[in-house]
Amino acid sequence: MSKSYGLIALFDTPHAIMHAAEVVRDAGYTHWDTLTPFPVHGLDKAMGLKRSKVPLFTFIGGVTGFIFGMSLAWYTGELAYPLVVGGKPLFSPIFPFPVAYEMTILLASFGTLAGMFITNRLPQHHHPVMDYSQFVRVTDDKFALVIESDDPKFESTQTRTFLEALGGHSIEQVNE
Amino acid sequence: MSHHEEAVTDKPAILEEVRPTAMPRRTLIENERGFNWITEKICGIVEGKTPLWWWVAMSVALGVASYTIVGLLHLVSTGTGVWGLRSPAFWGWDIVNFVFWIGIGHAGTLISAILCLLKQKWRTSINRPAEAMTVFAVLCAVIFPVFHTGRVWFAILPGFLFPFPNANQIWPNFRSPLEWDVFAVSTYGTVSVLFWYMGMIPDLATVRDRAKHWARKYIYGIFAMGWRGSTRHWANYEMAYLLLAGLSTPLVLSVHTIVSFDFAVANLPGWHTTIFPPYFVAGAIFSGFGMVLTLMLPLRAMLNLHDLITQYHIDCMCKITLATGSMVGYAYAMEFFIAWYSANPYEGFTFINRAFGPYAWAYWIMISCNVITPQLFWFKKIRENTALVWIITIFVNVGMWFERFVITVSSLANDFLTSSWDYYSPTMTDIMTFFGTFGIFAVLFLLFLRFIPMMAFAEIKAVSPQGDPHNHDDKH
Repeated sequence: MSKSYGLIALFDTPHAIMHAAEVVRDAGYTHWDTLTPFPVHGLDKAMGLKRSKVPLFTFIGGVTGFIFGMSLAWYTGELAYPLVVGGKPLFSPIFPFPVAYEMTILLASFGTLAGMFITNRLPQHHHPVMDYSQFVRVTDDKFALVIESDDPKFESTQTRTFLEALGGHSIEQVNE
Repeated sequence: MSHHEEAVTDKPAILEEVRPTAMPRRTLIENERGFNWITEKICGIVEGKTPLWWWVAMSVALGVASYTIVGLLHLVSTGTGVWGLRSPAFWGWDIVNFVFWIGIGHAGTLISAILCLLKQKWRTSINRPAEAMTVFAVLCAVIFPVFHTGRVWFAILPGFLFPFPNANQIWPNFRSPLEWDVFAVSTYGTVSVLFWYMGMIPDLATVRDRAKHWARKYIYGIFAMGWRGSTRHWANYEMAYLLLAGLSTPLVLSVHTIVSFDFAVANLPGWHTTIFPPYFVAGAIFSGFGMVLTLMLPLRAMLNLHDLITQYHIDCMCKITLATGSMVGYAYAMEFFIAWYSANPYEGFTFINRAFGPYAWAYWIMISCNVITPQLFWFKKIRENTALVWIITIFVNVGMWFERFVITVSSLANDFLTSSWDYYSPTMTDIMTFFGTFGIFAVLFLLFLRFIPMMAFAEIKAVSPQGDPHNHDDKH
């Protein structure tokens, strides 16, 4: 049998998982996670998570887009084929502004989506928690809490009783 | 008395935290449906047997769509002359249809982005189909400018539309609003797809986990990207969702602004006005909400979604239609006023000509559909009569098409010199090509209903009373 990934327990309500997360956080566990069918508001704080890094990707995308849009108009107007239209300058930051604006939004959006995938390390089509017998409920109507075996405080029987005391049920061990 | 007591205590004048009074809101999900009921309801549509009505609707839609296919083949094989474009009206139904479809798309983005930023929770029941509507409407819209290039394969590489040098090595003119339009519309289409897809990931994961057949699990699994509902993931996901909403909001406003620049930058009476951007955006949202209601009311009845699309949702949509319809009405009045106030004889003539000239029939269709009919939404009795609401939304759709017709054609056909005037009328190819786009839209929408969870049920669960972690009665 392969190595144990961790212990997973099921909770019935958002309130129960929120309470459980607070207790697990305060007990000093570090390698653990909660799985919920929808974003439970405040659960990230209950788990003590830091602010998301996605905005950084958005910003990089947006800046790239703006520079790309402006340089496209500059390169085509000033270098590739200089053509005077209506006695206007070959390049000015004013007239291609809508183009640069749209490119900013386009690449910022791609940056956001890519940032979401990168920060979440997705796509990861298989993950140990997906072997949990109740996993189908986790994307439907139940809430799961998993404590990984890698956690320094993890101790198989003790962690199991801890999860039971929190009100978790259907506790199982999942393997890597 | 308690107010007086509070006033004399030495509390700070400004509170550290403002706690707004909880406003009694109408429930978003009727009959206290639980999480599992919502999953079963929405996934059931995708997982169940294909209903007979779907096949009937699909056959009709395919039949209608064939008109566009034939119309476009005729155009490509013969030339753009098959559309009724001739001097002086070199823009006709093609741009009217383009603006019509793009405008319809705007309500989808409004619902998914602007209402998200404004924390309007009622959006969750309708945002997925509205975003689908956006994507498909943009697809229908781009048919027209792309095929107006005649040899469509030149639209991309020799740079008729996209920035590549043409046969003479000249690049597109970035000073032209038509080139801005290429960027605006292609960005809009792409970002709408990204936003739509990202919102879908958690729901696709649910369909994946419920799938019985391996092929189904595999295909939905690929698109679900291995989503497992981790709170660490949700935190990044929600941040990304909020950012996409924040990006889509200026995007949707800019797209119709730039579409209106196609007209407003030209020096033609009736087009060259600064009111165009806000007026076009309001009109777009107005027509889009009309279309959302046109689509959602039959779906609600057919798929029995009364608990998720409640009377509250219909009320909200009707009120937005009423508000934007009134803005459009105000814009019509203001255009007329400015035409007189500018003391420009051409501008003044254009508006008198619109209302009483050869296209007066179109103008009065526009006024009655866009200004008069939505005013009925002031009345609760009417908003509660879904059949009547549906009929009114059809009027809105018709009226908004005529608005673009009036703007485009009356200004072009009767411009400065009477000697160059003409009466524009479309050809059969014009009419059939446009008629067929409704079929294309319907085909895509039916495929969406069949294969994609039609409501963002993860979000619906999050706004439901039992989804609130501070709700202690733990009822489910």
